[in-house]
Amino acid sequence: MTAPAAIAPPPRRLAIAPALLPWCGLGVLTVLCLFLKTELPWLVNFPKEWTLPLASYITAVTDAVVAVIQPGFRALSALLDAPMRGARLALAWLPWPAVMLAVAAIALKSRGERLAIFALAALAYILLAGYWLQSMNTLALVLLAVPISTVLGFLLGVLGYARPRLRPVLSGALDLMQTVPAFAYLIPLLLLFGFGPVVGLIASAVYSTPPMVRNTMLGLDRVPAAISEAGLMSGCTRRQQFWQVEVPTALPQLLVGFNQTTMAALSMVIVAAIIGGFEDIGWEVLSSMRKAEFGQSILSGLVIALLAILIDRLTIGFAKPPETGPTRVMRWTTPRRLVLSLAVALAFAVVIRLAAPDATFLPETALRTEMGGVNQRLLGIVRDYAWFFDGVRNAVLYCLLLPMRVGISGAATPAIWGFALSPTMAAVYFVLVLALAGLAMRRFGGRGALAVLAAGVILYTGFLGLPWPVFILAVSLLAGQVAGYRLGLFALAGFVLILVNGLWPQLVQSLYLCTLAVLLCLLVGGMLGVWAAHSDRVSRILKPICDALQTMPQFVFLIPALMFFKVGEFTALIAIMLYAIVPPIRYVEHGLRHVRADVVEAVEQMGATPLQTLLQAKLPLALPVVMLGLNQTIMAALSMLAIAALVGTRDLGQAVYVALGKADAGMGLIAGLSIAFLAILADRLIQAAVARSSAA
Amino acid sequence: MDGIPMNAAPRPIKLACRNVWKVYGRRPAYYFDSRGYVIDPDALAERLRAEAHLPAVVDASFEVATGEIFVIMGLSGSGKSTLVRCLSRLVEPSAGEVLLDGKNLLAASGKELIELRRHAMGMVFQNFGLLPHLTVLDNVAFPLKIQGKPAKERETRAREMIALVGLEGREASFPHQLSGGQQQRVGIARSLAVGPELWFLDEPFSALDPLIRKQMQDEFLRLQRMLKKTIIFITHDIAEAFRLADRLAIMRAGKIVQIGRPADIVLNPADDYVAQFTEDMPLLRVITAGDIATPANGAALPECNIAAETSLEALIPQLASGIGAFAVAGDGDGPPAVLSAGAVLAVLEREQARRTRE
Repeated sequence: MTAPAAIAPPPRRLAIAPALLPWCGLGVLTVLCLFLKTELPWLVNFPKEWTLPLASYITAVTDAVVAVIQPGFRALSALLDAPMRGARLALAWLPWPAVMLAVAAIALKSRGERLAIFALAALAYILLAGYWLQSMNTLALVLLAVPISTVLGFLLGVLGYARPRLRPVLSGALDLMQTVPAFAYLIPLLLLFGFGPVVGLIASAVYSTPPMVRNTMLGLDRVPAAISEAGLMSGCTRRQQFWQVEVPTALPQLLVGFNQTTMAALSMVIVAAIIGGFEDIGWEVLSSMRKAEFGQSILSGLVIALLAILIDRLTIGFAKPPETGPTRVMRWTTPRRLVLSLAVALAFAVVIRLAAPDATFLPETALRTEMGGVNQRLLGIVRDYAWFFDGVRNAVLYCLLLPMRVGISGAATPAIWGFALSPTMAAVYFVLVLALAGLAMRRFGGRGALAVLAAGVILYTGFLGLPWPVFILAVSLLAGQVAGYRLGLFALAGFVLILVNGLWPQLVQSLYLCTLAVLLCLLVGGMLGVWAAHSDRVSRILKPICDALQTMPQFVFLIPALMFFKVGEFTALIAIMLYAIVPPIRYVEHGLRHVRADVVEAVEQMGATPLQTLLQAKLPLALPVVMLGLNQTIMAALSMLAIAALVGTRDLGQAVYVALGKADAGMGLIAGLSIAFLAILADRLIQAAVARSSAA
Repeated sequence: MDGIPMNAAPRPIKLACRNVWKVYGRRPAYYFDSRGYVIDPDALAERLRAEAHLPAVVDASFEVATGEIFVIMGLSGSGKSTLVRCLSRLVEPSAGEVLLDGKNLLAASGKELIELRRHAMGMVFQNFGLLPHLTVLDNVAFPLKIQGKPAKERETRAREMIALVGLEGREASFPHQLSGGQQQRVGIARSLAVGPELWFLDEPFSALDPLIRKQMQDEFLRLQRMLKKTIIFITHDIAEAFRLADRLAIMRAGKIVQIGRPADIVLNPADDYVAQFTEDMPLLRVITAGDIATPANGAALPECNIAAETSLEALIPQLASGIGAFAVAGDGDGPPAVLSAGAVLAVLEREQARRTRE
């Protein structure tokens, strides 16, 4: 910039951008650490003696605090117990024909006859499969959790809307509520509320409140200025303005929030089944999985899936009317007719109960009791085709999972790859990496080269063999440079906390599992998304699949993964991928389809081939949207960690799960917060990166 | 400006705006606590901009007489929408006074303000601002509902208003089922439902197609002839401004650069900006007979009588047929005036000069 610099051009070899300087220092540190690794093993494995017993402090504090405040919470528990028992009894009391009638009527109002038929079919399946009572128990919990979360979420959302200063605090709290796995706070909840379904209720209320808060704020924020000014100019008082202008205008968004809250509540009610004692559908899935009764677990998993899809469609139907306007059937179902049919259903129930007070009317021999043969056959199929499933598993395990975990240096042993890594090979590897980095330097500049080098080092040492000082400094530096020093400090503090709590190995395991799952999801999902963006037929086929995958409670994904691949890391990977693959498909397709048409036309007019158009115009333009998809993928993968722990992993999710088993409140909270920390860090990093790229 | 326009009978001032400022920024109040000092508005605006504040309205002063259409015109970002919001206190001015019937609006309490909005003012918005969940009828009746009027009265009044804007038969429709022009008719009906004396229209026709816009302008003039409201009309469309205005104010960068009747502005633009802005307005269409007629001073009146608001353009056929002078009727009991063919030709020559200069 200054004049002397302009006159004397700097020597070319030293032309390193100031942002890259710390990275050079870090590179030197990395090489040093790698050479000293054998002499100073603490560089890789954080020694146990250095850890702080923070977890036990927390446990001690929790115990002390719980002892003081417990009576209050136990009273609340007793208070909630009554309506819960009531809801449960009421749903059990309702004969199934009445329930079907009522649900079909609501479906007619919400989305028309097709949803009504689906509702009847789904309920008939639940009935025939023999899970009616369990489903009603689950519904009873959902029916209680949803009003609590909706009201609470609405109030908090209004607070955030009316007091913008509280927003940062509020959104931080919401982030935590959504990212800390429920298993982590089940223990304190159990201590406070005592053993029982109330804990599931509270946990699902905690987890399902945030979407309502966010949508309430969003909806109220988005009330068009003209509408609120029109209200003010009509002379509305503050209260009239809120209830008669703002809330009705924001109603569609509020209903979207209600839909998301309901789905979250259902998902969490099912996860909370892990503490047991409530005869619900989640418990059925869990226990049949534990007993390796795959027939039953598929049957009950299907019940959950159908319930989820049904509830989702019912609630979203009220939020978003079809684009072509309400159908004839929907218009026919006026509110009065809806109320009338609900009354008829209730009267019908009363009549049935008066006629036969004790009959259950449930089929005597349900599908689930006839599953012995099917179980055998399923096990037989798995056994007969074990060569295939095991082959797939081993191939991925040895070629992908292990090299990522222990690195090429760790995997290249006679026991795993059948050969040892000679110094020449290592040298060739590093020359290759350096050459690639040089190429990247030419093509993408310093950042590209840096990324290639980092990937090369990680692939050599593996995630487990990476020296922690290098890792922590690298991520903090990245966060600091992309999103400002505050996020850098946040990253540093978070990682150091995890380190001193002795959770470093678990953290690295989580990172490696998630990184791999996210990369694979991006690859597979991205390709599917590109395909769907260019073919309407593929898009039509993928859409319902994505819808179904996205509405499914996380639990369900464990069933097929576990059935075919048994317990292990690969199974966890599959389950995580099943849950996390939807965002890349959706966002890539959406991003590509909504690229500005004039730019694409201009590029095509210049004579670009379709591939050139895709790679050089469409994808770069769609990048911000794709990055949002990446963000969602990471969130999904991290939130699946705790669930995937059920099929055997060694990551933070497992730490949470183990702590739950040992009722170790401190460790559970710390491991849960660690997962939340990773999620929040990734989220902020990506958001900052997107903001930077769109600002540039 | 040459004196008082001869056809303007003194009418009471409905709304007066005195030295109103609106400044956005970290501490706008800091700049306005120097009571008693005379401030140079341009210097203060400059200082505000230099100190990372945005002066959206700079020292706006004007008066609007009862029954007058006062148009505020400016390009987007010139502060006209902010100014009209200051007048209704949808935006709180940083400094200045707004006098409605002589009472300072800025001193009104929240309760008084609500009462004023309920009875004394109506407003129409560029993007209509209709409530999406209410039918046309309920939208129009909304201000009455807010006041707690009984349902029957609300409905009768709303139906009257809907008939006034020509939307009979669409009472049960929802806003999204109407075209833009129809939606704005609903907006107009709603703003008139409480019978306000002061009527704000914030770019009411800007979101409409040109053809519909023309229709709506005619409709607006028809309504105004019936209702005789005091109107503040915001627009960025210069043709619309000149077509509708009794008087108009031109804004630039928050500041009112000129106020006057359309003819004053095209004949005597205050600066180059206004001149450039108005150079495409045909003088013959903007200027009326009353604007350039001279008092008869007792001399004999020509035979041919015309109204003061006749545009010069409309006189051309008569000039061509050889008439040399017109008697211009005064407004009410004002003295009659004479318009000579020479004065019209002078304007024509001036127009010619403007064209050739380009």
